[in-house]
Amino acid sequence: MSDLLRSYLTVAIFGAAAVLMAFTMFGVARVLRPQRPTPQKLIAYESGVDPVGSDWTQSQIRYYVFAVLFVLFDVEAVFIFPWATRLDVYALFGLVEMAIFIFILVLGLFYAWRKGVLRWV
Amino acid sequence: MTDLLGLAYWAETSIKLGVALIVIPTAALMLGYLFLLKMMAFMQSRLGPQDVGPYGTLQLIADAVKFLQKEDIHPAAADRRVFRAAPVVVLASSFLLFVVLPTGPDAVVENLDTGIFYAMAVSSLSVLGVLMAGWASANKYALLGGLRAAGQLIAYELPLILAVMGVVIQADSLNLQQIVRAQAEGEIFGFGLIGNPFILTQFVGFLIFMIAAQAELTQTPFDMPVAETELVGGFHVEYTGFRFLLFFMAEVATAFAFSALATVMFLGGWWIPGFDFDAPVLNVLGPVVMLVKILLVAFIIFWIRFTYPRLREDQLQKFAWKVLIPLSLANIVVTGIFKVVL
Repeated sequence: MSDLLRSYLTVAIFGAAAVLMAFTMFGVARVLRPQRPTPQKLIAYESGVDPVGSDWTQSQIRYYVFAVLFVLFDVEAVFIFPWATRLDVYALFGLVEMAIFIFILVLGLFYAWRKGVLRWV
Repeated sequence: MTDLLGLAYWAETSIKLGVALIVIPTAALMLGYLFLLKMMAFMQSRLGPQDVGPYGTLQLIADAVKFLQKEDIHPAAADRRVFRAAPVVVLASSFLLFVVLPTGPDAVVENLDTGIFYAMAVSSLSVLGVLMAGWASANKYALLGGLRAAGQLIAYELPLILAVMGVVIQADSLNLQQIVRAQAEGEIFGFGLIGNPFILTQFVGFLIFMIAAQAELTQTPFDMPVAETELVGGFHVEYTGFRFLLFFMAEVATAFAFSALATVMFLGGWWIPGFDFDAPVLNVLGPVVMLVKILLVAFIIFWIRFTYPRLREDQLQKFAWKVLIPLSLANIVVTGIFKVVL
């Protein structure tokens, strides 16, 4: 196995260990804890009064436009990472290229701002 | 790089896993006791826990035992499988963060080349767990809390990533060991005795990183997702016993990991001025230095938490998009100009 794959094998082992640890704790808790469910205990908690309406209510997700913007800027971050590690090699050429790239993105952000997308609606 | 003691891969990984399984809960307990119990108490003119162990040091262990004995309640309407899986996802996310944290020239679980990129990717996994918990609980407060958390975490993910970029430009690497090395071998105007901790050149980046980390950890002033007074705890309202404890543990452990990341990237990491970068003795002294710096950074995080009131949801979004993101983009360009031209 190559070193690269092996180093990510460690990551996988750690992920598995975390899951295993959680389940071991659940196992220990299962032995120690009481289990006496009553119908009143199992209704949704709404500060002590009986729940009103259905459990999954409609709620307005006010920031879904932010989420679209986020995808945009996150992709941008993916582009900037390799550029940032190799800036020494690209030197002035890379700097100008990235300045233009970021300028266009800022223009986009500014456009969204002026359009009122960044306002809480 | 990885053969610390010259052992085979499996033996070495088992040892590292064993150490990590001790270090991570200990780190969480330590931060919880020092800051959440004692420091908060002193800042509010209380004494905090006193009875369990000397100065109440064993209070959190007593609490953990108490949580183990609590009944595990699944609300009847909950989506059982997702409800059960959510705390595990959050815990795994903070656990995986510890894989890349370097504490000495060889004292690191796995020195991944993608280092900081990996850390950012893994830390954003916890959003998934929080959203799962909020949705699966079938509770209005939990759903609102989960949605708020998702909105907040994606808004502050960007400044966090972009603030890191300045450090990456200066160090020419994503690898956390290389970032420490770049700081150890750096010079301040030709004066190289203490290296060049990037907080000096990247103080704007450090500021943005700390603010964004505060929001990612959902600590006050950015704690709307778990606001007790309006959402009675947000996404974890319906969790009882050990599942609740997992959320709590993951939160504190992630605070520890983020403080460690800030230490590695901005405060010079485990390197001690005057030592060779590869000196084996740093494998012993490095973790101690790291711990001191981590506690310092964590102190700032919790200090802010106990001092400021909660922001409003729209103020929070506005601050991220209109202040932090433009500022961090400007920071990248300015750092690039300094790197290439000067």
